[in-house]
Amino acid sequence: MTLVSQTNLSYFPGCSLATTAKENNASLHTFVDHFGVTLTEVDDWNCCGSSSTHSVNSELAFSLAARNLFQAPPDKPMLIACPGCFLRLKHAQKELAGSKERQETCEQQFNRPYNPDLKLVHFFELLADMSKEGIFKELGGRLNGLKIAPYYGCMLARPPHMNKEKNHHGLIEKTMAALGAESVYWPFISRCCGTFLSVSRPKIAEKQVNRIMQGAIATGAECIVTACAMCHLNLEIRCLPENRIPIFHFSELLSLALEGKFSRSWLKRHLIDPAPLLEEKQLINALVPAGK
Amino acid sequence: MRTQTYPTETITGEPVQPIELDHSAQNFIDQVEDLSHSHLSRCWHCLTCSGGCPFSEDMDYMPNAIIRMIQFGLKEKALSCSTIWLCVGCNTCSMECPNGVDVAAIMDGLRQMAIQEKIPAAEPGILSFHNAVIDSIARYGRTHKLEIMMRYKLASKDLFSDIDLGFRMMSRRKLDLMPSKVRDRESIRNIFKQNQTDR
Ligand code: SF4
Ligand code: SF4
Repeated sequence: MTLVSQTNLSYFPGCSLATTAKENNASLHTFVDHFGVTLTEVDDWNCCGSSSTHSVNSELAFSLAARNLFQAPPDKPMLIACPGCFLRLKHAQKELAGSKERQETCEQQFNRPYNPDLKLVHFFELLADMSKEGIFKELGGRLNGLKIAPYYGCMLARPPHMNKEKNHHGLIEKTMAALGAESVYWPFISRCCGTFLSVSRPKIAEKQVNRIMQGAIATGAECIVTACAMCHLNLEIRCLPENRIPIFHFSELLSLALEGKFSRSWLKRHLIDPAPLLEEKQLINALVPAGK
Repeated sequence: MRTQTYPTETITGEPVQPIELDHSAQNFIDQVEDLSHSHLSRCWHCLTCSGGCPFSEDMDYMPNAIIRMIQFGLKEKALSCSTIWLCVGCNTCSMECPNGVDVAAIMDGLRQMAIQEKIPAAEPGILSFHNAVIDSIARYGRTHKLEIMMRYKLASKDLFSDIDLGFRMMSRRKLDLMPSKVRDRESIRNIFKQNQTDR
């Protein structure tokens, strides 16, 4: 059974999508909703631990991630929008699967049964499935004329114990091609954005981010498309004025391709304004009614 | 007969120091292998990890040099370097290693060992940022970015850099004033109680 035919998924937004990247959250909902997929937010979810917790305390990182696995409804796959959260939750799930003792401790601690069959779904997996069902056929050419730099950052890098799993590299390019946009081929496609160094060692992050931005500009890309809210924020905040080109959340461009579904309010949350580019390409006025 | 000559300086100009190996080396290796679920004897120093690491140029030792230190049991050196703090855990090295060495997990393990053994962090600002994030999770169950930034800035006594950025983020409504919270904070408190550390 494919995921889409299941139409009802539970949903783990994570802290970034719930706060700094609300536009990512809203556009993702808009997109899947259009195809009849309903997302129900996991009740009372907590932070996956983010990169800071596993950096300094693996046990704490495990427990924080594990609580969410016990909060998730047992009968539905859980969609995880943020690639960072996905990795943390998947890691905790692996640790649980490998240790009866951990399962029992968690059952006691969280007062719920351990569910060995809980399926964690990366947004890419859902999208790949939707694509197989042919959802992009009716949308062909909607983003004609846009030249994008697909940017995965480190989201698809996996530790050795997970490297035999599906990864969906190339999904942004394939999807963009189906919608009529052209992807450039460039060297920084999987270069890490610097994550927390952007706050604690801003100069180092700035150097990386501007290399990435210049790399995209050098290939003639008009914008960067990312599926990670952290990458989005770091590229926007650490990019020097001379290297600014718009950064889109992948889900924003997907929603833009659905006539009349995009909201201009999402653009107002960008630090690098994408509106002029969309106007120049005559994408926004054609696809988004005024006032939306 | 030709006599063999050895360089007296490293490529960075430091004098070549002999490495003293002793039996306690194995303890350290075992500890790291245990924490990282990785076999260090698999590393053949191809430098793939170091070449791919986006931040190796800012580290005092490259990632594979850290593995070498562990192989030789140079514990203090490995735990006091900046590399383990500048590593962001992006997994690039772990993904690229031809021998399946989980370098990122090794960095996690070393960092945690350094904290436990109270070895001063070579990058104190990075440790204080991690702690600000974890404190926020302890308080709300979720991260509150604005508060993390303010607390981090207070702790690092650097109040004025990035003020413009702060305003830009506020005006674009990127930083919420109020935190998003977990309802059942008791369960979060319990998690923290069970995993007490001397952060
Ligand atoms: S990539 Fe792997 S084998 Fe090569 S130096 Fe790094 S850890 Fe060693
Ligand atoms: S995980 Fe750490 S050491 Fe490895 S590539 Fe990323 S920053 Fe470098």
